[in-house]
Amino acid sequence: MANWVGQAWDRIEDLRLLTGRGRFVADLTAPGLVSVAFVRSPHAHAAINRVDLEPARRTPGVVAAFSGADLAPHIALGVTEQPPLALQAVHYVGEPVAVVVAEDRYAAEDGVEAVAVDWTPLPVVTDVRVALAEGAPTVVAGRPNLIAERRIGYGDVAAQFARAAVVVQERLVIHRATAQPLETRGVMAIPDPDGSGVTVWTTTQSPHELRRSLARSLRLSEDKVRVRTPDVGGSFGVKNRLYPEEVVVAWLAMRLVRPVRWIEDRLEHFAATQHEREQVHEVELAADAEGRLLALRDRFVVDNGAYVRGGVTVMQRTAMTIPGPYRLPALEAVGRLVRTHKTPIGPYRGAGRPQGCFVMERMMDRLAEAVGQDRAEVRRRNLIPPDAFPYATGIESPERVVYDSGDFPAVLEEALALAGWDQAAARIEAARQEGRWIGIGLAMNVEDTGGGGYEGARVRVDGNGEVTVYSGAVAQGQGHETAFAQVAAEVLDLPPERIRVALGDTDDIPLGIGTFGSRATTLAGNAVRESAIAVRRQIVEWAARLLEADPEDVVWEGGAAYVRGVPERRISLEAIAARANPLTPIPMGPEGPLPLGLEATTYFQSAPTYSSGCHACWVEVDPRTGQVRVLDYVVVHDCGRMLNPKLVEGQIYGGVLFGLSTVLLEELRYGEDGQLLTTTFLDYPLPTTTEMPPLRIAHRETPSPRNPLGIKGAGESGTIPALAALTAAVEDALKPFGVHLTELPLTPERLLQALAQSQSRP
Amino acid sequence: MFPAPFGYVRAESLDEALAVLAREGPGAKILAGGQSLLPMMKLRIAEPALLVDIHRLPALTGWQETAEGLTLGAVVRHSQLERAEALQEFYPLLGRTARWIADPLVRNRGTVAGSLAHADPAGDWGAALLALGASVTLRSLTRTRELPLDAFLVDIFTTALEPDEVLTAIRIPKPAGRPFGTYLKLERKVGDFAVVGVAVNVVLDARHTVVEAGIGLAGVGPRALRAPAAEAALIGHPLESGGIREAAALAAEAADPVSDRRGSRAYKRNVVRVFVERGLKALADESRPEVGVTA
Ligand SMILES: Cc1cc2nc3c(=O)[nH]c(=O)nc-3n(C[C@H](O)[C@H](O)[C@H](O)COP(=O)(O)OP(=O)(O)OC[C@H]3O[C@@H](n4cnc5c(N)ncnc54)[C@H](O)[C@@H]3O)c2cc1C
Repeated sequence: MANWVGQAWDRIEDLRLLTGRGRFVADLTAPGLVSVAFVRSPHAHAAINRVDLEPARRTPGVVAAFSGADLAPHIALGVTEQPPLALQAVHYVGEPVAVVVAEDRYAAEDGVEAVAVDWTPLPVVTDVRVALAEGAPTVVAGRPNLIAERRIGYGDVAAQFARAAVVVQERLVIHRATAQPLETRGVMAIPDPDGSGVTVWTTTQSPHELRRSLARSLRLSEDKVRVRTPDVGGSFGVKNRLYPEEVVVAWLAMRLVRPVRWIEDRLEHFAATQHEREQVHEVELAADAEGRLLALRDRFVVDNGAYVRGGVTVMQRTAMTIPGPYRLPALEAVGRLVRTHKTPIGPYRGAGRPQGCFVMERMMDRLAEAVGQDRAEVRRRNLIPPDAFPYATGIESPERVVYDSGDFPAVLEEALALAGWDQAAARIEAARQEGRWIGIGLAMNVEDTGGGGYEGARVRVDGNGEVTVYSGAVAQGQGHETAFAQVAAEVLDLPPERIRVALGDTDDIPLGIGTFGSRATTLAGNAVRESAIAVRRQIVEWAARLLEADPEDVVWEGGAAYVRGVPERRISLEAIAARANPLTPIPMGPEGPLPLGLEATTYFQSAPTYSSGCHACWVEVDPRTGQVRVLDYVVVHDCGRMLNPKLVEGQIYGGVLFGLSTVLLEELRYGEDGQLLTTTFLDYPLPTTTEMPPLRIAHRETPSPRNPLGIKGAGESGTIPALAALTAAVEDALKPFGVHLTELPLTPERLLQALAQSQSRP
Repeated sequence: MFPAPFGYVRAESLDEALAVLAREGPGAKILAGGQSLLPMMKLRIAEPALLVDIHRLPALTGWQETAEGLTLGAVVRHSQLERAEALQEFYPLLGRTARWIADPLVRNRGTVAGSLAHADPAGDWGAALLALGASVTLRSLTRTRELPLDAFLVDIFTTALEPDEVLTAIRIPKPAGRPFGTYLKLERKVGDFAVVGVAVNVVLDARHTVVEAGIGLAGVGPRALRAPAAEAALIGHPLESGGIREAAALAAEAADPVSDRRGSRAYKRNVVRVFVERGLKALADESRPEVGVTA
């Protein structure tokens, strides 16, 4: 076997993507294509008395216009909690209310401007405390404000607190933010000419889920809906699962018997694509006098926004992330998911885990302070030792959390060494002599990756010997084509350029879950391996037939087969493939038939694997303006065996910048009237390469025993500890002033306020 | 984010542009670099009936340096000033301001005059050109007038421009000594609009006394502001820490910011004080080697 797995290949897809040859939904077209624009709610909560679409229908270029009432009789409602177009009332600013179809997007927007909606504004709830209060207005009629309450934990928390020598408490607040992929969402639907079905090109992360949900919504059989994803420019979770616009556009195509396309603009994206992160935690941590953990108690509230999308997942992942790499004898995390008149939330990069990690790591820093120990030492004392795996944390629900492998002490020590932890005090003191305020922060995490079910891959060698890998784990820029090709190339012992990876067509493989939760490589990567092994076996069997040898004696090497000891007489993959995929009658020999085709589809199923890591970073704070500069950032990362270190590092770079951005830049803000105040990049700054701190990455590879490749996910671990690590570093820089940071984001002004409230001033 | 329908003409001469403006009335808008106008049109905040494109008019390109000062044509781009080494000796503030604006793409297209005409209170040029004591030339088909920039800038997104006028030139008087100038900008990320922008410019005579001082502020009022009391406090003295602190405090008083998502009134005012102090200190340091020679 060639050793392709583990090599730092350049990304196969980059030539296409970086030279402008990618094809995104907005690049696609079709004869007779019409464009769509949505009428969206300007109110956070209002009754819809009347939607007058006539002025829109009269607008030049407009083809048709429909309201929720027009749509409702034709589709199955209830596939999602949110109706595709609002019916009696709207529940957040940006909720789609009606749709205008026109010859182009210009005319469609003219039509949208002409639509008149008669509203009765209703009371608005933007604060979870208000939503939970006695006599609170009902956010969505007929549905409870408290969507779900989950108690996640184990052990005797009360008893542990009773014997604690130290208890630290904190109220931690994390703000609302969202992912902002470079490409917004987009959908193009093309009806079958006979009106019986539809092909939907969309930016989704989960094409098979979309096919099923669209089929249910449109009352079609699944095979009448084909979902395709072209190149997609980032997703990070926010393009996962069915959105209202996808139903509307698919229905329009069938109704109008014309191709229909909608490209989300950035204004829409801010209000119409899911948000996340917003949580408030009341935490208590108990420990003995030496700083050994006894128990953690957390009551937290998650602001879900108006409709249920992925809020429950977010809440659960937050709680399940809390124990991290530490032995925590008892945990009680009680989360409440609460409805407000804001954009619905759903998981994005980290999916609740950054908040869970923030809770634990902030409390570890508090504990260190309370017991008078070094922050690293407190962590060191509590780490799960490397010989304790498999390690059952004690969490049994919603799933049993049993860490598969890791070496947390080694991860910690390497990060400390790289960041210069032991010399930190001297370095900080030296900087202060120069009038500079610098600090160092530390955070560790363990992340469940690739959990939840299966992912599939189909490997096929066609009659000309072309090898193609298909999977439902579609790509949005991560590098799946490279990763999957590496696995297939290794198993099939072919040069990488012989492997084509084709993702994003539900007709290519019957089942798939999709790309999210750091799962694609772990699950689909192993499925590629299994399918490729099966195909290799078929190749060898056909080769044996052609060489008139026993399969046991056939050597498959470098894309050709020969009988052991007779390497001069080789037959190529092309020759084998032509025979295995015959299109003309071939006389059958006395041996009888062999199964036709060189092809296999497998689905790899697994319990989660657990990646781990430690972030350590240096920051400098300007105490007169509150500005923060990240001086140095260290990540020690263990995602098991690495398929391709370059891909892993790409994920870490992006992930760290995501986390940095959440801490320092991004915040979605709502007015008390439920207006979203941050709707452009002017008000919601995003980092660019200029904000990227110097980043140093070290890898440790503790293979996962849960899959043959030994790999774990790497998509989110750059982000998860970053919130805690950066906050800790800023707090450390301002330590002489006694500043305690408990609320994000760390805007310059918030830091100055914290300084003003502290006992000593700069 | 698609604009409402609009017409477009590319003017072949300044007179043609002026004639179209005179004929079409307030529905017509000058298009220069398009870096402010087009985003507003995409948001349908601006829905002009006709765009009159002047961005290639030869009469408005480039600049002239004379004994009286510098005259910038209306379509001089941010990036041209960023790179204009020849202007560094007498107008160092220009290049040091230009490089703070947006990103290279915007700087390659956006014009200095367009920025003034747009009159975004957070724009950087208003502050810098106030600090340089600039004036603007406004032309219509029938008249030409020259206004100090301070009189041109009226309010948020509002200037003294009449609908039939084009801003054709920006004049900056020649400094009466050795100029030192710099721009400080509090931005949340590189390329951001200013939370607070501070332009400081001082002209020193041979004895290192401040003979001219300009302090312009961005983001802390309904328009770019000058800080005249702070300027006056500097004049007639060498640049020293006592005077610098006093000027910084006076500049902070001249600021009139509002609380918004970028920060509270108190916060922004405090940043003005910190930045004026830091800016003037930096200029003092820059001028010091010469002080050493003559002292
Ligand atoms: C992403 C981005 C970031 C930015 N960041 C900054 C920043 O950090 N700092 C900053 O200062 N600016 C920033 N800008 C604005 C930028 O500087 C613009 O270039 C400038 O504000 C307008 O110049 P323009 O030539 O593009 O004018 P246009 O957009 O063409 O015109 C703007 C307005 O001025 C009028 N106008 C233009 N020229 C004339 C004239 N000669 N006579 C009469 N009226 C005229 C137009 O009719 C229009 O109303 C940014 C812009 C973008 C898109």
